[in-house]
Amino acid sequence: MLTLRGVDKVFANGAQALAGLDLDVREGEFLSLLGPSGCGKSTALRMIAGLGEPTRGAIAWRAGRPEVGFVFQDAVLMPWASVFDNVWLPLRLAGQSRAQASPKIEAALDLVGLQGFARAYPRELSGGMRMRVSIARALAMRPALLLMDEPFAALDEITRQKLNDDLLRLKQELGATVIFVTHSVFESVYLSDRIAVFSARPGRVTAEIEVAAPALRNDDFRLSQTYAQACRSATDALHAAMGEA
Amino acid sequence: MRRSLIDYVLPLFVFLAMLGLWEAVVRINAIPPYVLPAPSLIGATLVKDWDTLSGALMVTLRITFQALLAATIGGVTLAILFARSRWIERSFLPLAVVLQVTPIVAIAPLLLVYLEANTAVLVCAFLVAFFPILSNMALGLASADHNLIDLFELYKASRWKQLVLLRLPAALPYFLGGLRIAGGLALIGAIVAEIAAGSAGQGAGLAFRIVEAGFRLNIPRMFAALALISASGVLIYLIFTLLSWALLSRWHDSSRERGL
Repeated sequence: MLTLRGVDKVFANGAQALAGLDLDVREGEFLSLLGPSGCGKSTALRMIAGLGEPTRGAIAWRAGRPEVGFVFQDAVLMPWASVFDNVWLPLRLAGQSRAQASPKIEAALDLVGLQGFARAYPRELSGGMRMRVSIARALAMRPALLLMDEPFAALDEITRQKLNDDLLRLKQELGATVIFVTHSVFESVYLSDRIAVFSARPGRVTAEIEVAAPALRNDDFRLSQTYAQACRSATDALHAAMGEA
Repeated sequence: MRRSLIDYVLPLFVFLAMLGLWEAVVRINAIPPYVLPAPSLIGATLVKDWDTLSGALMVTLRITFQALLAATIGGVTLAILFARSRWIERSFLPLAVVLQVTPIVAIAPLLLVYLEANTAVLVCAFLVAFFPILSNMALGLASADHNLIDLFELYKASRWKQLVLLRLPAALPYFLGGLRIAGGLALIGAIVAEIAAGSAGQGAGLAFRIVEAGFRLNIPRMFAALALISASGVLIYLIFTLLSWALLSRWHDSSRERGL
């Protein structure tokens, strides 16, 4: 779907976030970017989204930049707007009226299990539900590429597992490509078809791990041999990337 | 509502008790009304002189709200321009600060040289009300969530859409805070300018009535006019507090009930 070649990113303050990043993203896969905090994986994700240009190197799209959905670490909702209006935002910015957008908004809310919450305000929702709204907003335009920047990092373990399962189901239903930034080995293995392991700052991909497992995963998968092995190799790769091998 | 009756009854009781004490002191010591009038006499004067005083009250309130309206339009517009361009902000902010830090009492006589009395009063009230709105609005416009700004950029929102859908709503709580301060200040500005103007005749506001009554040693009327000014200030504060509550209670933490 897209290729990053020799991408460097140096910020205005001189900090180098990425150095020689090479990464291929395949059509329809679930790709995790795994690495320690501050390794530039979020920076890479933002550049793929078009928020900021590489200092050197290039990002090439096979068929042009598709519709992109972005989910931040926090829900990042507009507190003054209802759930409905928050999900409406991308459609509204694309020039669709409330009435035109309404079926798509309802559909997006259905997808994340928030039927009946359209009129609620973000303040009235739990952290997990706010994140669902955020995901519904990202899905409202039916993006071919979904970018997620540690979306569940601030949630408790139970909510997080529930959302992980929902995310896998959503991906299955929508057939979108997902790039998922995380610093959790277990989360990345549970979700991904493929994991790109980042070195500490300045970041680049030091290892790629294929997770051979069924597309639809459940609690059994968490206890399986495949899962344990993949976690093992991801952990080893992460340690190697951080120079502690 | 967990708020009990005591929250309302207690301050009212204290207020009435103080008036009662005042009344008692005046009566027991037989203080003459040209030294200190009793609250009952002030009340009676308020009724007796209502025609004069209500006219003056309307003049003062009209000037206050006109000034506030002008300050809101001017402050919000300038804040939006500031948010648009650093150059405009650099060029005009110092000027706004100079106007703000120069005491209005000192500016008023000068304005009276150039302007007709009523206009000068309006300009004074405008000048003091303008800055809190400008500075709060500018702060509010700059404080929109930067992740949301990224999101707008991601969806290729125009600057206009970003302003209307993101920056203005984000600035609303700040603006309303500024408006509450500006409301009180506009009244003060109007009163100060009226006193400096000392103009007589049809267009005279409450402050002029105070000065005039002072010259005539009509102390009860001075107090009556003062009471009306206080009441106006309280009213303005209440209006904007209610407005804030109506606009923010659904979503902003400032108007959240502290329950539990």
